[in-house]
Amino acid sequence: MIRFDYVRANSVAEAVTALSSPGTRALAGGTNLVDLMKYDVMKPRRVVDINRLPLKDISERDSGGLRIGALVTNSALAWDARIAKRYPLLASAILAGASPQLRNAATTGGNLLQRTRCYYFYDTSTPCNKRDRGAGCSAIGGINRIHAVLGASDSCIAVHPSDMCVALAALDAEVEVEGPQGVRTITFPEFHRLPADDPQQDNTMRADELITAVILPPADFGRNHTYLKVRDRLSYAFALVSVAAALEMRDGIVRDARVALGGVAHKPWRDKEAEGLLKGERPDETTFRAFAERLMRDAKGQGQNDFKIELARRTILRALMQAAAGTPQNQSDKVIR
Amino acid sequence: MDTPKIEIALTVNGARHDIAVAPWETLLDVLRERLHLTGSKKGCDQGQCGACTVLVDGERINSCLALAVSRDGAAITTVEGLAEGGELHPLQAAFIEHDAFQCGYCTPGQLCSGVALLHEGRAQTREDIRELMSGNLCRCGAYTNIADAIETALNRQNAGREAAE
Ligand SMILES: Cc1cc2nc3c(=O)[nH]c(=O)nc-3n(C[C@H](O)[C@H](O)[C@H](O)COP(=O)(O)OP(=O)(O)OC[C@H]3O[C@@H](n4cnc5c(N)ncnc54)[C@H](O)[C@@H]3O)c2cc1C
Ligand code: SF4
Ligand code: FES
Ligand code: FES
Repeated sequence: MIRFDYVRANSVAEAVTALSSPGTRALAGGTNLVDLMKYDVMKPRRVVDINRLPLKDISERDSGGLRIGALVTNSALAWDARIAKRYPLLASAILAGASPQLRNAATTGGNLLQRTRCYYFYDTSTPCNKRDRGAGCSAIGGINRIHAVLGASDSCIAVHPSDMCVALAALDAEVEVEGPQGVRTITFPEFHRLPADDPQQDNTMRADELITAVILPPADFGRNHTYLKVRDRLSYAFALVSVAAALEMRDGIVRDARVALGGVAHKPWRDKEAEGLLKGERPDETTFRAFAERLMRDAKGQGQNDFKIELARRTILRALMQAAAGTPQNQSDKVIR
Repeated sequence: MDTPKIEIALTVNGARHDIAVAPWETLLDVLRERLHLTGSKKGCDQGQCGACTVLVDGERINSCLALAVSRDGAAITTVEGLAEGGELHPLQAAFIEHDAFQCGYCTPGQLCSGVALLHEGRAQTREDIRELMSGNLCRCGAYTNIADAIETALNRQNAGREAAE
């Protein structure tokens, strides 16, 4: 474990001030930061503990929807009655991730900012552009079974590992951040970014900003949603491919569709143009196959992960069938129906 | 680095400890190396096995990924604190009944995790038990008996509640 200074923030303003001195990182649940500090992957000079900040509430918004404080734990969020009733897709995605112990510690803000699980990123004896800009990417031409098939670059082919964020992308969530210049809101597609030639930057937040909340706009898909996650073992494993799907159905016709993919790109993947193909269509296999084809049209494998392209097509199809039938995937009983 | 140690208070299994820790000391290391409570195990030190599971203010977490300073003021229960007045916790008794271990290395974490599962009250089916215990790996593969023990304890807890109603 690296050595670092520790300060405890008692207000958001104190935390923001602390973050504006270089080399400082926020500590929330610690489930990702502590892990990465142990292996010298992240090396802050100073850690500001934000766990005492009043960001632990889920509250109603005047315009409908909910505001989730950045320190609401993944467990508290997934098991909250309002979330279970109004945003079951989000609850399901969270419960598909990590373990009960980790979800008890992990926070909403921390989940958004968790780093990739690329093996080379973790192994400081190998070159990695995300750790060390310009060092090279060991995964390209290396072991890349879990890596990206969409939106990758010549600099980095890592994927964002979160399940929760895939549901948030489908739900058109927004991220509220506060910095020295005040509060701003970042839309979900703008929040995480593609690697391009600067993969050390996972998102569009500035180093001196603090996530204060995630905002959920009103949503009503009834039971026409699902979170379908495919992984190497039944539980407690990151997604190879996951799909968050939500359909608005009327008179047997798809009126609106939201589909986000996890495990395939440097950010939760959405393609609103492709989603347009589903609108006004019957929810059948032909429609869904054509959509899956279109969504994966520009996919490119790296060798070991080529299988993800077909796996993604099939998972998209199956997820849309589940959503259309109103039979969301159960996250305990793992049989995929 | 000569960062001064930070004074914190932890109540562990009911006993209060005032202790000075370095910022980088994990809760697991403090429990094991400083308070000599070696029941909680270090399997992976990366959040991947659950052997270090303890209860913090009643909730199960992986103590290997928690900084002790950040948990200042918390009440912690480790496997050493599950038995009360010389009586095994019902889940400990069920583990013995069902022979829910081989080498025993994962057992303290399984027990703390299982005790939390019983409190949380979210497991209804065998599948739920397996899923909600998925954060605890067992290298010996004693999963079937572990799930049996938890199912027994859960049934007894439910029966006890019904009888009390
Ligand atoms: C073994 C294992 C398995 C896992 N499996 C899954 C899985 O299947 N699916 C999944 O989605 N996740 C999984 N996770 C990841 C887990 O969800 C994340 O580690 C967790 O959500 C991070 O939240 P945290 O509060 O602990 O963050 P921390 O570790 O405290 O912080 C993470 C990062 O965010 C920054 N940060 C935190 N909060 C804020 C804030 N409010 N403002 C600004 N910066 C902030 C920190 O500085 C740090 O850089 C797994 C983790 C482990 C260890
Ligand atoms: S894929 Fe990205 S994170 Fe992995 S080695 Fe390449 S640059 Fe690093
Ligand atoms: S030692 Fe903490 S999870 Fe393995
Ligand atoms: S009993 Fe040996 S690891 Fe579980």
